[in-house]
Amino acid sequence: MTKYRVNKTKHVDQTKTVSFDFDGKSYHGFEGDTLASALLSNGVHLVGRSFKYHRPRGIMSCGSEEPNAICQINEDTDLTEPNVRATEIELYEGLKASSQNCWPSVNFDIGGINNFISSFIPAGFYYKTFMWPKSFWKKIYEPLIRWSAGLGKSPTKPDPELYDHKHVHCDVLIIGGGISGIIASKIAAKNNFKTILIEDKNILGGSTIFQKNENYKINDKYSGEWIYEEIAELKKLDNITIKTRTSLAAYHSYNYLLAKENISDHLPLDKRNGGIRQRLWKIRADKVIVATGAIERPLVFNNNDRPGIMLSNSVKKYLDFYGVSCGLNNVIFTNNDSAYETAVSLKEKGISVEIIDIRKKSNSKIVKNAEQLGVKIYWNSTVVNTFGLRKINSIEIMNLSEDGSNVVGDKNRINCDCLAISGGWTPMVHMHTQSGGKLDFREIDQTFIPNEIDKNHINVGSCNGDFELEEIINNTNKKVKNFLKVSETEFDNTSVLNSKELDKRNIWLLPNYISEGKCKSFIDFQNDSTAKDIKLALREGFKSIEHVKRYTTTGMATDQGKLSNMHALGIIADTAGVKMGTLGTTTFRPPFTPLTFGSIVGRSVGNFFDITRKTSIHEWHIQNDAKFENVGQWKRPWYYPINEEGLHDAVQRESKAARDSAGILDASTLGKIDIQGTDASEFLNRVYTNAWSKLGIGKCRYGLMLNEDGMVYDDGVTTRLGENHYLMTTTTGGAANVLSKLEDYLQTEWPELDVYLTSVTDHYSTASICGPNSKKILTKIFPDKDFSDDAFPHMSYQNGKIDEINCRIMRISFTGELSYEINIESKFGKSLWEKCIEAGKEFKITPYGTETMHLLRAEKGFIIVGQDTDGTMTPIDLQMDWIVSKKKYDFIGKRSLYRSDTIREDRKQLVGLLTDDPNEILEEGAQIVSDMSKKPVEMIGHVTSSYFSPNLNKSIALAVVKSGKKLNGQKLIVPMENKNINVTVSESVFLDKENKRINA
Amino acid sequence: MKNKYSIFSLIKNAFSQHENWKQAWGDPEPKREYEAIIIGGGGHGLATAYYLAKKHNMRNIAVLEKGWIGGGNTGRNTTIIRSNYLWDASAGLYDHALKIWENLSQELNYNIMFSQRGVMNLAHNLQDVRDLKRRTHANRLNGIDAVWLNTDQVKEFCPIINTSPDIRYPVLGGTLQRRAGTARHDAVAWGYARGADEMGVDIIQNCEVKGIKRNGDKVEGVETSKGFIKTKKIGVVAAGHSSVIANMAGLKLPLESKPLQALVSEPVKPIIDTVVMSNAVHAYVSQSDKGELVIGAGTDAYVSYTQRGSHDVVEGTLKAILELYPIFSRMKMLRQWGGIVDICPDASPIISKTNIKGLYFNCGWGTGGFKATPGSGDLFAHTIANDEPHKLNAAFNLNRFVSGDLVDEHGAAAVAH
Amino acid sequence: MFLINCPYCGERDQSEFSCGGEAHIVRPKQPTELSDDQWAEYLFMRKNIKGVQFERWNHAHGCRKWFNMVRDTSNDKIHAVYKMGEKPPVE
Repeated sequence: MTKYRVNKTKHVDQTKTVSFDFDGKSYHGFEGDTLASALLSNGVHLVGRSFKYHRPRGIMSCGSEEPNAICQINEDTDLTEPNVRATEIELYEGLKASSQNCWPSVNFDIGGINNFISSFIPAGFYYKTFMWPKSFWKKIYEPLIRWSAGLGKSPTKPDPELYDHKHVHCDVLIIGGGISGIIASKIAAKNNFKTILIEDKNILGGSTIFQKNENYKINDKYSGEWIYEEIAELKKLDNITIKTRTSLAAYHSYNYLLAKENISDHLPLDKRNGGIRQRLWKIRADKVIVATGAIERPLVFNNNDRPGIMLSNSVKKYLDFYGVSCGLNNVIFTNNDSAYETAVSLKEKGISVEIIDIRKKSNSKIVKNAEQLGVKIYWNSTVVNTFGLRKINSIEIMNLSEDGSNVVGDKNRINCDCLAISGGWTPMVHMHTQSGGKLDFREIDQTFIPNEIDKNHINVGSCNGDFELEEIINNTNKKVKNFLKVSETEFDNTSVLNSKELDKRNIWLLPNYISEGKCKSFIDFQNDSTAKDIKLALREGFKSIEHVKRYTTTGMATDQGKLSNMHALGIIADTAGVKMGTLGTTTFRPPFTPLTFGSIVGRSVGNFFDITRKTSIHEWHIQNDAKFENVGQWKRPWYYPINEEGLHDAVQRESKAARDSAGILDASTLGKIDIQGTDASEFLNRVYTNAWSKLGIGKCRYGLMLNEDGMVYDDGVTTRLGENHYLMTTTTGGAANVLSKLEDYLQTEWPELDVYLTSVTDHYSTASICGPNSKKILTKIFPDKDFSDDAFPHMSYQNGKIDEINCRIMRISFTGELSYEINIESKFGKSLWEKCIEAGKEFKITPYGTETMHLLRAEKGFIIVGQDTDGTMTPIDLQMDWIVSKKKYDFIGKRSLYRSDTIREDRKQLVGLLTDDPNEILEEGAQIVSDMSKKPVEMIGHVTSSYFSPNLNKSIALAVVKSGKKLNGQKLIVPMENKNINVTVSESVFLDKENKRINA
Repeated sequence: MKNKYSIFSLIKNAFSQHENWKQAWGDPEPKREYEAIIIGGGGHGLATAYYLAKKHNMRNIAVLEKGWIGGGNTGRNTTIIRSNYLWDASAGLYDHALKIWENLSQELNYNIMFSQRGVMNLAHNLQDVRDLKRRTHANRLNGIDAVWLNTDQVKEFCPIINTSPDIRYPVLGGTLQRRAGTARHDAVAWGYARGADEMGVDIIQNCEVKGIKRNGDKVEGVETSKGFIKTKKIGVVAAGHSSVIANMAGLKLPLESKPLQALVSEPVKPIIDTVVMSNAVHAYVSQSDKGELVIGAGTDAYVSYTQRGSHDVVEGTLKAILELYPIFSRMKMLRQWGGIVDICPDASPIISKTNIKGLYFNCGWGTGGFKATPGSGDLFAHTIANDEPHKLNAAFNLNRFVSGDLVDEHGAAAVAH
Repeated sequence: MFLINCPYCGERDQSEFSCGGEAHIVRPKQPTELSDDQWAEYLFMRKNIKGVQFERWNHAHGCRKWFNMVRDTSNDKIHAVYKMGEKPPVE
């Protein structure tokens, strides 16, 4: 045992030694220690350097409010993590931790020079300088600022561990397993509420669990013993889930809460094996009881940041919970009674302690207790300075004036190796405010306490401003009873003995004989903002708390101001001469403590980043070496290279084959909507630009759908399957949106229509066969069918059968070739495809992908919505006037086609482009110019689609060009970075203008 | 006279313990009448006042701010500045702003820490490639520096991006604007406030506008929580609350106000030295000069003025971040927040007169207003002073929603609405 | 994260729903009779109220029914939901 391990406790197993490294040096602690308690047991206080001045800093607290002791752990492994609080790391064998923000070492840090020039770099100094000469900003000043940025180091390798999500519902969620949380949990669970209790530590009981003081008894037991038994009983109850190592991260509206459970962070690295590291609980609770406790406040005085200056209750926890005395020669500096519990604890273990109290007196039981034990108390006094380079070695104290605004009398120097400070307590109201709750200011102890209006959550215990044991127990019991509508509980007649605090005095910034400008009285320890920074901000006109916070960076460090916000507010109020309650407070934002990205994302990483949709024919495509393109969530074959073929060669071969003999395309991804009902025809009339009433049964028609703003939204072929039955196809990417839009109109604008919509995209697979030999192939597949043009004309459909399986055959064409689409139930999709390939073998049927499909349709001048349109093109712009019914009274988007801008003649219009050099292929997206001499050049359009056509043996392109309709034959220029390409406007149909091939 | 800020003034003031710095801006009570009133003390509003005073010599003016200056979207955004927009009108507007940014610290004598670290937009599918190439070509011909990078060049420029072809949506390339970057958002509001204050502009905080007084088709003044203030010209720059002010004047605007969320990580040593945006997987990230990763999330799909968005949006964004940067899995979110953004149907702003004489609106900046701050202020000041738009903001009028002449920037606005 | 009481399915998580914006904007029966201004009013102009607003929601990942909601946009409190075609509750 080290000399600082002075006490045996039931929470640290001193028979089980754990070895660990800190800053490259080996130490020993015990099972049950945190990194912080283990370091302290070895006498190590100095663990880091501050952000701005690089001042030596030590462990200050024992929880999530810790501003100083943040480390990089397991550096140089895949499991490294920056900015971890030593106070929260459970010690495990082989843990390696190192201090941050110092170079070359925490003991000797070059950045410490900032401390000596600190008077030149007050709050916000960077707004006032680094501006001259201007050229220095980019080369010198900014790199310098960036170099000093940051604390730890980001991992540089992917995370080998996993993260889980768990969705739960419960009747009552209790946040915090301290005394009030335990009481609330017992009441809830015993009254048949499905209850969840979460606690961020690995042990329940909060700060009561290590309480053993004569002045605090419950039913005649030490409060620590009493709660120990309560916890044991609680654990036996059925309908409660208790999650330790689980911290509440966020409290969203409608009682939706996120809590992070640590699963393996406390295990040695060799026991983790890439398993689940953390689990994010997504909880929807009917009722929430917040019991998050309170945080001890520091005191703000000159040089209050040396290693060895710690929060008083933390000193007590290290002693009574971990068995570690933070110092052997302690001084406590306080403004309240709670620190006397620390003093009594120390003294009872024979450790030296003295008290400096800013109050003039206190007659409470606990103070008397300390006095009886012989603890020396300096009343009405304050610390004015502290000494010690890497750890505190002495302090200077003085008496306070009557009103506390000044110091009087002589300085008195006291040696110490630990200064425990206590400025009172701040209720943790974060959860309450995150939920949308408001706060009230309580003057007597200068705290913000929850103002409860919301019916679905309450705050109990010290987070509600109840600090005395008796108050905590009785008020918690009463509030929970009301909240859960319970008439009696086991806590109704609890007898509580406690010391009552009668005398209070608070001074936010303690006075000093040294002038304010020369004092370093820290408020935000991690970000190094001091009281004089706050006063400077106020002098410079930054008056709102948010301005002060942003100008001085107070409260913006990784502890999010848990220790600093109240002091900042207090000093602003005192300086401005206003009441603190009128200033409001800054908004507490989630998460309560920093939350790993991994836990937020859960399993949605890698292949699970997004759904992958595959057609029933997908496996065949893979076996045949297809390269895939992502289209929305779909994987579509892009092209099928043979041997070493690249995209270009494959597409040339595929396109040629499709026009010369036969090609086959997997068209299963197109959206398919089944439309039924007596008003189906009328419905289509309203949603498409063309007329549908006269479409015969068994016929197909192409339709164009607009947005209400008149711009092209989607297109596709719809087939009339029966009198009141249609099958609509949509673009692959647009399918879901089209269905939603149609349902929206149907349900909200046209509820009188008898129409039913069903998405059947996934239910049918589609093989599209095109080319002059397609008819022969179809005849082989459906030998009984007459495929003559008379019996089965273009734009018609028929049912067919392959063996006993029903198919729908549509004779439609997106390539301009004779072409058929066979639809079959998806479970037969792959068989159908293989049958088509087999039947087409003698015609060298060639599977083609989306790229060839795009090329073939471009040869015919067919548009692709989303490629040739961009949400700014009307059908008129696309030169598709023929599809816009003049007779129909209305359809979606019709009115917008007649606005002053949409009727302009000089809008951008779809045209064809031919390069003067037929081998030059334009870049899709390239801009088009008519006059290069104009400065700046006027862009009159852009290339939307561009290919080398093997069937025409030249480059072709589609483009949208201003007044394009009138420009046929006109020479234009496509200016690239290194050359200008000469092009000529043409018609957009390049091949088979007479449409002969569809009947070939 | 204000202190001139420099290294020398810092040293000089250090010897007097910084006791002698003057207020950056004052705290005046409102006068009874002003030549013009700007409603909204964010970056855009303060810049408007600054340029009204500086370029149009209108000094008897006031900025009315409901809370504290810079407390709205100015202080809640991800500070990205760029001008690589598709359409000529937008390119003109945003590049005008970018040119002002380049000298703004010196002009204001206030270091707004404009960091030209480049902004890269990634393409993840073939249509993305077409769209981004289209934009790159348009930028180049509009004189805006933009270059196309293939996947290897993307990796070279920002090595921590996962450019493996095996990820769900592989990076197929990207477009880079090197002049683009970030700035210190608060400093922009403070710098303009200090500059405007020095020229005599009254910056009145904690002054909520309660009503717009009209006489027929003219404005006569504003009712505020500090009493009635007479004026003939009102410029409304109230971002998410534009519709609230418009309703006071009996106007409806083509806007919806939605929470836009953002988050920062804990600070770490420099790991990413540029700004990377991805539309398709929806993530954008940069690193602040404090070391925090600054990550923009999306908007919630409903109107809300609460500044609290839903968790789904944050989860979706971080999912995309980990797809592109798997090394950030063990990094921790420090803080998340929301701002109320006013979104136009075409993802372009409105800087326009209205059919009420003396009432002008500067709104609809949606998710990307910060980058335009100086240009927006300059052009809005011109519009108010001359009662007609500058040629650079002529396209951004209210009438475009009637005529149909929209400036559709959904592609370039970077956040899918 | 709201908890939304779908009038057809009961209480469900917000992630199952999508919002369709301001409610009770009826598509004009005779659009061709409208001026450009009137049409723009229908197409684009929104009240965008800070306070109690009537809006359309769709249970997109559920029953796919559209319904109306009365919600206070200043604090996200949902006051009522009602089916399409039903009269809005009087506040």
